Amino acid sequence: METINYQNFRIEAENICVDYNGKVALYDANLRLKPGQICGLVGMNGAGKTTFFNALTGFVNISKGKIRINGESVRSAQKDQTIAYVPQNEGIDSQFPISVWDVVMMGRYGSMNIFRCPRESDVQAVKDAIERVDLNEHLSTPIGNLSGGQRKRTFLARAIAQRASILLLDEPFSGVDIRTEKLISELFIQFKNEGKTILLSTHDMIHVREFCDLVLLINKTVVAYGETSEVFTPENITTTFGGISPDFLFGPES
Amino acid sequence: MELCYFLTLDSFITDPLTHDFMRKALLMSSLVAAVCGFLSSYLTLKGWALMGDAVSHSVMPGVVVAYALGLPFSLGAFIFGVGSVALIGFIKQKSRVKEDTVIGLVFTGFFALGIVLVSKIKSNIDLHSILFGSPLGISLSDVKQTIFISLLVVILLSIFRKDLMLYCFDPRHAKTVGINVFFLHYLLLTCLSLAAVVGLQSVGIILVVAMLITPGATAYLLTDKFDNMTVISVLSAIISSLIGIYVSFWFDLETGGSIVLAQTFIFLFAFLFAPRYGIFKLKKLFAGYK
Repeated sequence: METINYQNFRIEAENICVDYNGKVALYDANLRLKPGQICGLVGMNGAGKTTFFNALTGFVNISKGKIRINGESVRSAQKDQTIAYVPQNEGIDSQFPISVWDVVMMGRYGSMNIFRCPRESDVQAVKDAIERVDLNEHLSTPIGNLSGGQRKRTFLARAIAQRASILLLDEPFSGVDIRTEKLISELFIQFKNEGKTILLSTHDMIHVREFCDLVLLINKTVVAYGETSEVFTPENITTTFGGISPDFLFGPES
Repeated sequence: MELCYFLTLDSFITDPLTHDFMRKALLMSSLVAAVCGFLSSYLTLKGWALMGDAVSHSVMPGVVVAYALGLPFSLGAFIFGVGSVALIGFIKQKSRVKEDTVIGLVFTGFFALGIVLVSKIKSNIDLHSILFGSPLGISLSDVKQTIFISLLVVILLSIFRKDLMLYCFDPRHAKTVGINVFFLHYLLLTCLSLAAVVGLQSVGIILVVAMLITPGATAYLLTDKFDNMTVISVLSAIISSLIGIYVSFWFDLETGGSIVLAQTFIFLFAFLFAPRYGIFKLKKLFAGYK
């Protein structure tokens, strides 16, 4: 077990810019996260949340700026299995003919040999991960037959099996049942205690207050960043959402 | 007179086997079907049906030029197949035209170029056999080429089986854990071009896309497991080839068309009666009788 140095930054993004064929999706964005921190990424649709994730995982190239993961390049973070990405439910083909077990095993691919033959340790890692998300009864269930919440837990298990130290979660609470929501929040606390760093995007303001130590408000660039209690103010939220008042966003029940 | 033969199934199957060209056609078409069927699982899941159509049509000028220059036709086909995809990518990136439009215009352009070249080059190229396939008239050098390419594709797909599945399912995760997505993309494309090349001998350029998508689509309706899908896809492709060749032999029909029709009928059967995903859901029907 590697010792976690809580002083070093897990994620350091400096002035990063991403553009798609000349169309700017994100500019001058900064983020610094340490081990054990949970950060909420909040913004409108099209504000660059997914782009931010894509830049950190290396799925898109940044046109300017610098990203260091554990002090090293994104490329070596990929090689070291440092980052796990948990997609939105809408971001995956739920009709793909694949079982829960196979999806979670994909978390181990990066550290297997070229034929991706599971070793004893891989099988154990997958078993443990599935156990932690409480999907033991669905090992061989095709993902198409799962509920939204179970599918979300499957991809969380993949991230656990990968043993990544950084988790990027795209809308982890959207379209999930109460039981899954409770399980995910328990896992977050465990992850935090294990020293993992979590960056999650969400539409739900209540979840931000509940879990996130830090919050990053973005609208193509960083609107505000810092401790949730200081930054997550009605004024900042209004700015982030282009002038819409937070009362409207929170809804009548909050 | 022919009808008498069907009184014994035995002679229906064995009589054609007495002909050397039929034995060769059955073997070669099965091999080609297996290769295309294997690849078919990936193409249907990746949503590359249109890409398959594009590549298979675009190989046309390559085949003609290679024949004219006395090169292996697979080489020419491969260059134009991959070239068409590169061109599609380039035009898509540099213009505001939508992707399906770009695909359509590029492959028809290549195909037209091929047809014009055939009429200009006036060699012993048989346009009919390129367009519609000629499994019954396959030459010895073509047999060697087909076996070589088929084995190459099967080996490549077997080695990268799981990576390609991951690439089709979740390329973002693949990239995140350091798997070379760029390589996998071009590997799949390469296999597609090569499969189109061997497939066109069986059913011709126009119908080869059917070999690349129909077996996968059929299998997709019948299973929820990727490995089973591959097996079903390969088997249905081989069975279709055998049925197609036999039927074309006895009824004197166009062979390529018969093979593809057999595939289409198997798909329709799955579409109607697949246990879980068919419209009549056989499972439920039987459950009613229990």
